[in-house]
Amino acid sequence: MRAAVVLFPGLNADAEMVRTLGHVCGADVSIVRHTDTALPAGVDLVTIPGGFSYGDYLRCGALAKVSPIVPALRAHAERGGHLLGVCNGFQILTEMGLLPGALTRNLHRRFECGDVFVRVEADGPFTPKSSARWRLPIAHAEGRYQTTPETLRQLEGEGRIALRYCDAAGEVTDAANPNGSVGNVAGVYGGPRKNVFGLMPHPERCSEETIGGVDGRVLFDLVLAAA
Amino acid sequence: MASAVPAPHSTPAPFRGDQAITPDVLRSHKISPAEYVSIEKHLGRTPSYTELGVFSVMWSEHCSYKSSRVHLRRLPTKGPRVIQGPGENAGVVDIGDGFAAVFKMESHNHPSFIEPYQGAATGVGGILRDVFTMGARPIASLNSLRFGSPDHPRTSELLHGVVAGVGGYGNCIGVPTVGGELTFDKSYDGNVLVNAFTCGVARADKIFYGKATGIGNSILYIGAKTGRDGIHGATMASDEFAGAGTAAAPKRPVSRSTMQVGDPFLGKLLLEACLELFSHDIEGIQDMGAAGLTSSSVEMAGRAKNGIELDLDKIPRRAKAMLPYEILLSESQERMLLVAKPGCEQQVLDICTKWELDAAVIGVVTDSGRWVIKATPGYDPLADEPIAMNAVVVCDLPTDALTDDAPVYDRPQGDVSEGAFAQTAQVEHAPEVSDWAAEITRLVGSPNIGSRAWVWRQYDQIVRGGTRVRPGGDAGVVRVPCEKDGQTIMKHLAFTADCHARHVALDPFVGAAMAVAEVCRNLVVSGAEPIGLTDCLNFGSPERPEVMTQISRAIDGIAAACTELSVPIVSGNVSLYNETGGRGILPTPTLAGVGLLPHEDALTTAWFKETGDVVVLLGVMPTGVHGLSGSEWLALRGHDALAGDAPSIDLAAEKALQTLLLGATRDRLLASAHDVSDGGLVTALVEACVARPDATGGGDLGARIDIEVTAANDARAAALFGEAPSRVVASVRPAQLAELLSRASAAGVPAKELGVVGGTSLSVGLATHGSPVHGIHLELSDLRRSREACLTPIVGS
Repeated sequence: MRAAVVLFPGLNADAEMVRTLGHVCGADVSIVRHTDTALPAGVDLVTIPGGFSYGDYLRCGALAKVSPIVPALRAHAERGGHLLGVCNGFQILTEMGLLPGALTRNLHRRFECGDVFVRVEADGPFTPKSSARWRLPIAHAEGRYQTTPETLRQLEGEGRIALRYCDAAGEVTDAANPNGSVGNVAGVYGGPRKNVFGLMPHPERCSEETIGGVDGRVLFDLVLAAA
Repeated sequence: MASAVPAPHSTPAPFRGDQAITPDVLRSHKISPAEYVSIEKHLGRTPSYTELGVFSVMWSEHCSYKSSRVHLRRLPTKGPRVIQGPGENAGVVDIGDGFAAVFKMESHNHPSFIEPYQGAATGVGGILRDVFTMGARPIASLNSLRFGSPDHPRTSELLHGVVAGVGGYGNCIGVPTVGGELTFDKSYDGNVLVNAFTCGVARADKIFYGKATGIGNSILYIGAKTGRDGIHGATMASDEFAGAGTAAAPKRPVSRSTMQVGDPFLGKLLLEACLELFSHDIEGIQDMGAAGLTSSSVEMAGRAKNGIELDLDKIPRRAKAMLPYEILLSESQERMLLVAKPGCEQQVLDICTKWELDAAVIGVVTDSGRWVIKATPGYDPLADEPIAMNAVVVCDLPTDALTDDAPVYDRPQGDVSEGAFAQTAQVEHAPEVSDWAAEITRLVGSPNIGSRAWVWRQYDQIVRGGTRVRPGGDAGVVRVPCEKDGQTIMKHLAFTADCHARHVALDPFVGAAMAVAEVCRNLVVSGAEPIGLTDCLNFGSPERPEVMTQISRAIDGIAAACTELSVPIVSGNVSLYNETGGRGILPTPTLAGVGLLPHEDALTTAWFKETGDVVVLLGVMPTGVHGLSGSEWLALRGHDALAGDAPSIDLAAEKALQTLLLGATRDRLLASAHDVSDGGLVTALVEACVARPDATGGGDLGARIDIEVTAANDARAAALFGEAPSRVVASVRPAQLAELLSRASAAGVPAKELGVVGGTSLSVGLATHGSPVHGIHLELSDLRRSREACLTPIVGS
């Protein structure tokens, strides 16, 4: 399995993504820089990690989307290649238009770091068929997922709402929503074959027993097995 | 450069904007008349206006440590692991297998009070650069924060701003914040304290120093462009604020022009560029921190006993028509000064281009021993019309005069009992308690004791994926992958910061020694051997004799504890003049420590783990009212918390306790271990039940505790709330109890079974042998709720 980690200037969650893909899940990992114009040949999974691309200046992900590597990412997604965006990576994918909706300032207007629970709402390359409840960490100031009611209904109908924030019992409640996301949405599918996936929580920081648990590893094992 | 060796003793040319040197100009530069005489003697002539500006920052308290240097010499700074002690950008300590921990703590108090977000953010940015300039990738940060009274009108705004600023920089640059402390006290109403700590890890054979070595080597400028921000930030650090913070609607001190503005995105690019540059032929490198280009170039020349010649025409700028005075004293952030071998300049410039950073060759290392600055009068690279370049000498100063020969004062000391924190009375009796359960619930929900989750949730605690223990325990613990010869060696490091300022006020020697002991205790209960400390010595004006005594005796207390516990001070800083309207802060010598775990299984946390485990108190149970002086509980009850004697500390007993704990954690004997400190024994017990970070409450475990104490109110209060040091609440599997007790007995450490872990409540029985038990029943859900609401009165819900 071959995986790539795309680095835009200011991304900072690359160390844990590389370690999870490579050391933990056994993929062959290469780094792609924003100035590159092509992805490594034969790459199965392309990931955009979290951080602050271009300092989140202007708008999260708004500057990254005009980088030289972006056409190659778009082509990969349109071909049906697996493309994962975590946190700032999710924001970049929405800015690129590969995923619907937008991520805006948390409702309480603070950066928020801590563990949350998410419920798997739809299956796909990155999520299991059986409903699952994962405990994953978040770390963001702009994770409030927003879209129109029509788009949300359409996404729900197409099984593209992948994850929702929930409580420890798996109930999707307002109290369990850490940022004011519409419908408690934490992760969304896109692409022709649900091959594009964006989520605000950090599964790559939660893939080893001693580092916060292994719920996040399920996602990587699934997509790497599908590749 | 036209020539490597300038003509000696050039007389500087006049520049636009130069002011005549009058008593007023000297005062505004904080140069005393005696110091000015000394400057003229060093130069053999009158300094130019720009040279006066240079002296004012280099001889400032912030850069020269002129009031504290004679005392700092008494700190123990050596040890078998020490690779670099104080005097460099950061301290360096061996962590084995060819790797080193590089760390320092620094204050950014004055800027944070003026502009809390940027003050705190640039404090974090500055300490990060101090660490990565030495070749280390930063892996963890801490911060120690002090604010005024919870109900002071500015406290909420300052707390919001500082916490957002710390997070704003640290989260963006991608270094996890894994711990710290937060305290409120009215003495900080007019002077908040923001002390930021960062630790990085480097190869022990690849440490870079701030030295301008190699005559003829090139000096390069890399990073952000220079603007007019932060001019005279270093001298401003010695300002006392005038009267702000006392009135109901306090006015803000107006010194915005001295403020720096941080750009963490640029900081991240600079970090990655520097780490890449370190694999090339770099001779020396230093952050342009306080006093910017001036202090970095002077200090680099001074450490190497060399001279430096700089051409200001080459400095990248973002403001038009900057004068040499402004360029030299600007504290624009995210800039580095670097020394490279001739022929390597292009490599440096290419790497900077890759990371989209400005870079320029701006000077050369000379053997003249002089600091020579040139510039073309009227030249402005941003001007529409270019002018002919004709650089003339702006400054020509002996490097020694700015560094080693800077003034050193052994300022007069006085009787601490005459100061603002004079001991007023003894604590004869504890305030009366009628409902112990309510009293405990209130204490653990008070602003200085309860959960700091509101703060920590605003920090990325887990970026880089190495955080083993998040904030909320005794120490943050981080797993660090160290790459060597294609192998990854995992190192586990623990970090903590502490200072109980009221104890320092009661007795500077004892209080400071207790701070050292507590930092080390926090590390050993986490399973880590303390390998080095860094300090931020925050005090009032050194020109007041009683403050000078506090400084001197606190340093002696730190030295005594470090010596007994065999842990060196390897870096730090001093922040004086923390005064407003003539009123100083509580003496606050903050200590931060780094611990090394012998192996990852030694890792121990504060929280109870399994029903049936036995709870043991290691250390002495206090008697009488010992430990109540200066305690949080007394302060909460409105009692004079600065009455009485500081709790005493027996450093030999502390050493024995810590040695016992290190062995017990190394051998995986303990299920949990937690230091008893602020809020006393009962607070430590509550925390062991419900303070597990980021639990949703599901992991909480209660306990049934019995404490042997007489029915007297004083005795009960001292037992539950007293803050006597050298005590730890541990829990062990029943099968391990005999082993722990036998080790404690052999080590001469008192150990007492307190009870058993289990249930959804904490029940504490108070009794003497044979007398009826006074039972206190506390539901864990109530305790958790109370702790988590502790900051609500300040920050809202």
